[in-house]
Amino acid sequence: MNSFKLCIDLILSQFQTLGTVLQHTFTKADTVEYPEQQVALFPRYRGRIVLTRDPDGLERCVACNLCAVACPVDCIALQKSEDQEGRWYPDFFRINFSRCIMCGFCEEACPTYAIQLTPDFEMCEYDRQSMVYEKEDLLIDGTGKYHDYNFYRIAGKSIAGKGKGEAENEAPPIDVKTLLP
Amino acid sequence: MATLHIDGQAYQVSLGDNLLKTALALGLDLPYFCWHPALGSVGSCRQCAVLQYHNAEDSKGRLVMACMTPVSDGLRIGLQAAEAQQFRSDILELLMTNHPHDCPVCEEGGECHLQDMTVLTGHTSRRFRSLKRSHQNQYLGPFINHEMNRCIACYRCVRFYNDYAGGDDLHVLGIHNNVYFGRHEPGVLENEFSGNLVEVCPTGVFTDKTLSQHYTRKWDLQAAPSICMHCSLGCNTSPGERYGQLRRIVNRYHGEVNGYFLCDRGRFGYDFVNSSQRITTALIKQQAQSDPEIITKHWRKLCVDQKIIGIASSRASLEANYALQQLVGQDNFYQGLGLQELSLIKQVLALLKKPPATIATLKQVESADAVIILGEDITNTAPRLALAVRQALRNESFTLAKTLQLARWLDAAVREAAQNQHSPLIIASCHSTRLDGVASEVVSGNPETIARFAFALAHRLHGKSPSVSDLTPEQQLQVERVAKVLSKAQRPLVISGTGSHSSEVLAAAANLIKALPASHKMMSLVVPDANSIGVGLFDGSSFIEAKQRMDKGDIHTVVVLENDLYRHGEHAEISDWLDSVKHLVVIDHSLNPTAERAELLLPSASFAETEGTLLSSEGRAQRFFAVMPLSDQVKHNWRWLALAAADNWQQFDQLSLACYQAIAELEPALAMTPNAAYRVHGMKIPRQPHRYSGRTAVTADIHVSEEQQPQDLNSALDFSMEGSLGHRPPALNPGVWAPSWNSNQAVNKFQDESGDHLRGGDPGVRLFDKVYKGRWHPPAKPLPHREPSELVIQPLHHIFGSEELSNGASAIKQRSPDLYVALNPAQAQDLGMRDNDPVALHSRYAQYHLPLKILPGLCTGILGLPVGLPGMPVIEGGTTVKLHRLNNGEAGND
Repeated sequence: MNSFKLCIDLILSQFQTLGTVLQHTFTKADTVEYPEQQVALFPRYRGRIVLTRDPDGLERCVACNLCAVACPVDCIALQKSEDQEGRWYPDFFRINFSRCIMCGFCEEACPTYAIQLTPDFEMCEYDRQSMVYEKEDLLIDGTGKYHDYNFYRIAGKSIAGKGKGEAENEAPPIDVKTLLP
Repeated sequence: MATLHIDGQAYQVSLGDNLLKTALALGLDLPYFCWHPALGSVGSCRQCAVLQYHNAEDSKGRLVMACMTPVSDGLRIGLQAAEAQQFRSDILELLMTNHPHDCPVCEEGGECHLQDMTVLTGHTSRRFRSLKRSHQNQYLGPFINHEMNRCIACYRCVRFYNDYAGGDDLHVLGIHNNVYFGRHEPGVLENEFSGNLVEVCPTGVFTDKTLSQHYTRKWDLQAAPSICMHCSLGCNTSPGERYGQLRRIVNRYHGEVNGYFLCDRGRFGYDFVNSSQRITTALIKQQAQSDPEIITKHWRKLCVDQKIIGIASSRASLEANYALQQLVGQDNFYQGLGLQELSLIKQVLALLKKPPATIATLKQVESADAVIILGEDITNTAPRLALAVRQALRNESFTLAKTLQLARWLDAAVREAAQNQHSPLIIASCHSTRLDGVASEVVSGNPETIARFAFALAHRLHGKSPSVSDLTPEQQLQVERVAKVLSKAQRPLVISGTGSHSSEVLAAAANLIKALPASHKMMSLVVPDANSIGVGLFDGSSFIEAKQRMDKGDIHTVVVLENDLYRHGEHAEISDWLDSVKHLVVIDHSLNPTAERAELLLPSASFAETEGTLLSSEGRAQRFFAVMPLSDQVKHNWRWLALAAADNWQQFDQLSLACYQAIAELEPALAMTPNAAYRVHGMKIPRQPHRYSGRTAVTADIHVSEEQQPQDLNSALDFSMEGSLGHRPPALNPGVWAPSWNSNQAVNKFQDESGDHLRGGDPGVRLFDKVYKGRWHPPAKPLPHREPSELVIQPLHHIFGSEELSNGASAIKQRSPDLYVALNPAQAQDLGMRDNDPVALHSRYAQYHLPLKILPGLCTGILGLPVGLPGMPVIEGGTTVKLHRLNNGEAGND
């Protein structure tokens, strides 16, 4: 008796499946006619990497090398340099996008929100060499996803225009010559 | 041996040390800040707290500081007990309340002890909401950056700088939690060991300024085991490279030689490797030539002729010098040293080969209970030795501590008990030295006087030692005083060397060593260069003596191996010598006046790109390895020499083996270092850390496909991040890293149970370990009569400026003195000369115009001549010269 019912169920199930497939023929497709039609991507989609600027319009990257060391395919290379104002910045910053797997570890490691992944994946090239991006290709003019963060306003290191004790949450510098408690 | 219970597990340990050191030696992770293996315990940071249980039943325990707790039998400790962990985490949270949000822009980041300990204690998020205190920074000179905000007030910097290294310009200023570690005013940190603050500071208050100028994180530095090139002591270093540039040097622990510390010349002198003075292409008759075939053809053409001589180098490896000797033949092999320099080296070598006392390692120097320094300014010629001598002076306080039943590692207590008591240090010198402040007796006099003093002292200690007669009553009293001190000492140490250019001083030192009654007597002899002793093992006379053969037309080609001949004689003399050379071939890595005159200039690798064996002043053979691969046209010096003839050594090991077998003294070194075939678990040892970044991007701008990593056929190390992370022999360990220990403090994971030596044995082989009876040297000739206007040349050494290679480093250049000649104030007054007066110095060959410097502390009758400063005349010590003040109108050098 039970095995007979099972047989019927199975046959019905087959028809049900066929029905579902048939139904999809008349529903709207999830795929889009790319490239004529553009894809809607979310702001946190992990695509092409950019280097952003802080709210004051200055380079955010301080060349700390954390993105490079976090990168599982080792496709980021940079060199620290220091400008007249005491800010660290990358002398060069290179990403080999032909190796990049868009994992976003670099963005996660970045302590200054400088490196960010953007919702842009259109990076095809005929020549693989063109997939190597230098700093001038990476640096954008905006703040990216994080609008307000400025690392040097919080860091203890002084730069031109922000002396010791002028960072957020910092007391004025100690006068070591005073003996008052 | 005692049984120690930690977290319920029993360990067999030795007594005598503190619990922290013992726990670390057992491989356990226990955080600490104020403790340092070389500085001892003060128990101030409270970070190494553990629970101590009263007995097996006690489950509550009480908190104790591991660094202040002596290991005792049956001691029960809870290292991972919850209360102890909570306490350590709380302490760290307190230490971090003022620490700035700086890690991304801090040079210490990635090798920071504070970062490591924070992670180790589990403190992750900041709860403190109040303001952070801030501090102004100071300019501390070309070596060190200062960033006081990062300070956690562990006091290690001042304990190292003042207590350990004898500095007096770094202080703790201010009070309570405002304490400030810096100078009384911004300025250059004067102590010769200031660079160690970079490693001693657990965080980023003191960082390496030269590294910061081409900054690379520790995880990105390709490193290799290396030996310091800037003096004869053979300190072990770990240089780091990135993007083809040498970025920095850090200490590589060696239990018998340098321990935890380097001098500033060794640490900051590396930059010559990156200098624009490097020779990168071969030059034929001053024309750059890039075709290797043309170069080799020209090189072979000059060598095919049998009329060829070779000039050796005391800054090249044993193997390179051996290759040169094989190329030119034994009879045509000359030492690249002046007559006097060579005879002094030979004299030292004779003493080393049959030493009348133990040749002290730096570790043994620290155990001496009386030290006498004869005519050698060790702070400037062998700085790390001076640091070791300072530690030897503490032995008096350790003896006192023993009677007070204080453990020697209780640093503050021992120093408090001893106050200013020092073991005796006797300095005989013709000028004041940096060690004078801690000396118990200073004998001031020119080298002849010093030699006389030492001869008399030797005679006083041993009747058979030849005597000297013409001593003044004061000198006799001084001899008596010093003799009393030395005869009481159980481990006396005699230090001398070639620094004062006096064979009499060396002979007197030899007699004194032989005359000392102690059974554990030691000696230490300083020579100028990293391989002065090694090259001395080869037979050969001074190159000056080849002149006769050249004038006869016996010699067509002269091959100079990594040597600037102008540093070994007066300019006119050397120019004259070089004028008579038909074909001059120079193999060198940096341009120098000799290289500029070469007909064929062959670019060789610096120490950072080649490998070899050096023989240090204690007779320790040690290998150094290439840190980075060779660039384009540069070849190993030995490869150039091999190419000239039979091309018989394709790999370094073949040459090394031939060299060791050819020189009898080197036989013990045969088993010294694992050869190129050595593998750990079937793999080579990677030079790059396992977190090395950017390997698919570093050269992507040139070509997007990565090239194969350069192969290294000459050693068991690889220019790669791939390979075995397993245990490597200490001689092949590029640098220290252990899980949770990213800073150089990770060295505790590489040390044996005692914490004093590296696991697997400290690298290198000592060649001259047997002690002989020695012979008495005849005493000095009577003092010659000199006119008051005659002055005797005395070399003055400078830690920064006197050594050839480090002079190519920009940071060192900033610290080297300007050219000068020095006179004692009284004598200058007699001669009517004042400070900074232009004076003319008349030597055998020429007249030199130099500014005069009045140097208090210099003996009369002496003209101090700084050694090795670029542009300084080179005149042998002991030469008599005349000096006159230049009047207006007289100008220009001859």
